[in-house]
Amino acid sequence: MAAGAPVGAGGTSHIYQGSGWKLLAPSWIIIGIFLLAPVVMMAVYSFLTKEFRGGVIWEFSLDAYDQFFFDRGLFGDEPPTLEWTYIGIFWRSIWQAGLATITCLLIGFPTAWFIATRNPESRSIWLFLVTIPYWVNLLIRTVSMKFLIRDTGPLNEFLLALHVIEEPLGLINTNFAVQLGLFYSYLPFMVLPIYAAVERYDFSLSEAAADLYAGTWTILWLVILPVVRPGIIAGCILVFVPSLGAFLAPDLLGGAKTFMIGSLIEEQFKGNAGNWPFGAAASMILLTIVMCVLLVYARNQNKAEVR
Amino acid sequence: MAGSTNLRRFPGFLAVTIACLFVLYAPLIVVAVYSFNASTSITNWGGVSLTWYLDVFTGPEAPKFQQAALNSLIIAVCASVIATIVATLAAVAMTRAGGFRGKTLSFALINLPLMVPEVVTAVASLVFFSAIGFTTGLTTILIAHTVFCIPFAYLPISARMQSIPDMYEQAAMDLYATPREAFKLVLLPLMTPGILSGFLLAFIISLDDFLITNFVKGAGIETLPTAIFGSVKQGIKPNIMAISTLMLVVSVVFVSLSWLVGRMGQEKT
Repeated sequence: MAAGAPVGAGGTSHIYQGSGWKLLAPSWIIIGIFLLAPVVMMAVYSFLTKEFRGGVIWEFSLDAYDQFFFDRGLFGDEPPTLEWTYIGIFWRSIWQAGLATITCLLIGFPTAWFIATRNPESRSIWLFLVTIPYWVNLLIRTVSMKFLIRDTGPLNEFLLALHVIEEPLGLINTNFAVQLGLFYSYLPFMVLPIYAAVERYDFSLSEAAADLYAGTWTILWLVILPVVRPGIIAGCILVFVPSLGAFLAPDLLGGAKTFMIGSLIEEQFKGNAGNWPFGAAASMILLTIVMCVLLVYARNQNKAEVR
Repeated sequence: MAGSTNLRRFPGFLAVTIACLFVLYAPLIVVAVYSFNASTSITNWGGVSLTWYLDVFTGPEAPKFQQAALNSLIIAVCASVIATIVATLAAVAMTRAGGFRGKTLSFALINLPLMVPEVVTAVASLVFFSAIGFTTGLTTILIAHTVFCIPFAYLPISARMQSIPDMYEQAAMDLYATPREAFKLVLLPLMTPGILSGFLLAFIISLDDFLITNFVKGAGIETLPTAIFGSVKQGIKPNIMAISTLMLVVSVVFVSLSWLVGRMGQEKT
């Protein structure tokens, strides 16, 4: 997306030429001071020494990153070996977010396709139906999901009463519950970009393929998917990135086994047991992963535009 | 032609869509239904009643939740108004001020709140406020909310502004309107639907936030989501379901409003 997209047909408008910075000053002041500066500060903090009971001592140290990646034994004097605890938490988070992305794609693509191929009037109603839950408070949605799938919740009671199952399913505090929560949180992010791509899809391509005796699924796989790929990739990024740092779904629906990055970082800054430099280092590693994903995406988009 | 409609159809896609909507709506509907449950136990059905709605407004926890709701509302209104003004100015700079140095960088800055993971924003804000000696409280929540509301207000506003050709303002200026007048009397009225949907979007996003608020709120100050979270940690009580249902209704009303505003804008152009 280019910042200065053409206005009308005549390219960038120059009506307020020269006042760009004046008009942008409030944005720079607010976001610059209260987001950019704090993030830079976190980067600095991740290289400082920890103070017990939260806080930092202004002394350069790599301890936070060292603690993240290496294990030096109980007294810190043994030769370093790779420490898997935190890498494991990150790996699990990436895995969970990836799985949630795939689930959203498998459900979101057919949904987006179905909606985009309705007539224009019913299209907007279907789209509206899919997006309404997104606008309901995320916390309330997550709590509702927890209420529904609890061992003594309505879902289990219902299935028990029907004798479909003999004992509660035990869904809560599992990876499946977290997946359900992430799916529930971010599905519209997948549907909307794919919908936009399918809406622009030229059906004469499908017709040409059908004329050349391609079957229904061959057309989907070899013609449609490559054409709407930018929409699919955008959807995947929009689901993957927030899932990676998600806090509510793992905290409310998951248990100790589903501990994710969000909770790891949160823990370091809440209460007295926290280790600020370590939390800052974990934040920086998360931020780096997210920025890499976004950069790769942006480069791909640029390449696609040039083509 | 029958052939061309068939190409739009894949077996099972309708079923997936229905299943998808079912998963999206089932939890909300179940909670809404159970909020009318007369029984004190949250799982057994004891008939229809409004007990828990009454409890929300008059029960022992009523003052706490009312204060939290009031805080949420004050913050959402202030943050979204400020964010909308700032975003409108930024959108004018981006679409009407030609090319200038640092334009791409400014675009990245405006979208920064969308790129930084929420949990990182939350802890960074907390650390920053404590480092500069800001006492956490309503003000810190307001500042943090304004920051992440700006890109959400910016998106619909700049999209709308890009679709308005600048010939109307040019015409006004040819007739000796100052740039300020051209903005106020020509561009702003044309922009109204975009500004309104930007404002509504920012408003809902502010009401929705839990994570960042939970970090930058001072001791004893609660917004509705943090109050609900605190209460849910001790178990889901029926009054939470009543509050949830009320918030659900408010959200649906708001989204419908913004949907209608959006349609109104489309029909005008």
